[in-house]
Amino acid sequence: MDQFIPKPLFGGDVINWYTPTTVTLWMALAVLCVILLLVLGTRGRAIVPTRVQSIAELAYGFVYKMVEDVAGKDAVKFFPYIMTLFMFILFANFLGLLPMSFATTSHIAVTAVLAALVFVTVTVVGFVKNGAGFLGLFWVSSAPLPLRPILAIIELISYFVRPVSHSIRLAGNVMAGHAVIKVFAGFAGALGLFSFIPIFAITAVYALEVLVAFIQAYVFTILTCVYLKDALHPSH
Amino acid sequence: MATETHDATGHGAEAAAGHGTEAVGMPQLDFSTFPNQIFWLLVTLVVIYFVLSRVALPRIGAVLAERQGTITNDIAAAEDLKQKAVEAEEAYNQALADARAEAQKIIAETKAEIQGELDEASAKADAEIAAQTAESEAKISEIRDGAMASVSEVAKDTAAEIVSALGQSADAKAITAAVTARLKG
Repeated sequence: MDQFIPKPLFGGDVINWYTPTTVTLWMALAVLCVILLLVLGTRGRAIVPTRVQSIAELAYGFVYKMVEDVAGKDAVKFFPYIMTLFMFILFANFLGLLPMSFATTSHIAVTAVLAALVFVTVTVVGFVKNGAGFLGLFWVSSAPLPLRPILAIIELISYFVRPVSHSIRLAGNVMAGHAVIKVFAGFAGALGLFSFIPIFAITAVYALEVLVAFIQAYVFTILTCVYLKDALHPSH
Repeated sequence: MATETHDATGHGAEAAAGHGTEAVGMPQLDFSTFPNQIFWLLVTLVVIYFVLSRVALPRIGAVLAERQGTITNDIAAAEDLKQKAVEAEEAYNQALADARAEAQKIIAETKAEIQGELDEASAKADAEIAAQTAESEAKISEIRDGAMASVSEVAKDTAAEIVSALGQSADAKAITAAVTARLKG
């Protein structure tokens, strides 16, 4: 599991909070990719887009429509925030698939912060927008009255489990893919002549991981939109 | 890297490290690297957020809006041109119909004019013919009268001659009266 260990970029063993590490490098590359795609790719502002510009527009439209459809029209002001999450996770996942790279989104520390940010944002927005009415999210008024307190406890637990599942889902998927590839790679070394079997398997798993990289970014983003919808419109 | 690995296992992943020959454990649970990762993640997110909200998203939004506007304008222009084409076609058809009507009118006028001239000419010809006919009839009746006069004269002369040849003297008055009575039949 060496590939998951953050290492200082410029030697030394001590990792302080400010030390530039492989985390820094690969996050910086993700930022670079975002800038290349969304800023440099659109610098022509062409009416008839270039290839890169149309990909940037596609990403914009994809996330914008997701926010609008899932979270509602009044959630559009959170669009830059959600777009930030999506673009970061997407590029971090893809960059993590490069051989010898460092997958930042495989770390629970990273995804937990992302999920916690969403959790805090959603909770704050919910209370600011609806006041105490936000608590109606936990009070299922369509259920029979005796059931409501029980449902309220279940809803409350599920609400607080959200950031946990939200973060572990992403980190777990990314890490599992890398681990599976690593396991197959270990077989390839051991099998000698028949190592083509694990190599084929690695190829297949790699293709799957490319898909997973996108899907997990999508899932994280759409769940953020769903939570945001709960915050903006807490009624069931 | 060995020291770091030991750090990792020492800090958070003892349970995971127990069963691996690599003695690595899960680096994800090495809490000593958390502040570093969280710090750089926050820096990254802030940078991306500012780049997106200040530069990229307004630009892309503007481009999309502009494209939408251009498309709408082009469609409107196309509608306009189509309308103009329809109007032009109508004007053309109108002009064609007008020209046809004009042509019909001219044809009718010309026909009427020709008919008038024709009528006039034939009336004139009829009149001439009638005049000539009348003249000819007058001549004929004159000739006939002349012939009748000649006939009665010849008849009187002949009767007088016949009477004298029979040896009797003829009374001119009596012969004239007899011939006239006979001619009247």
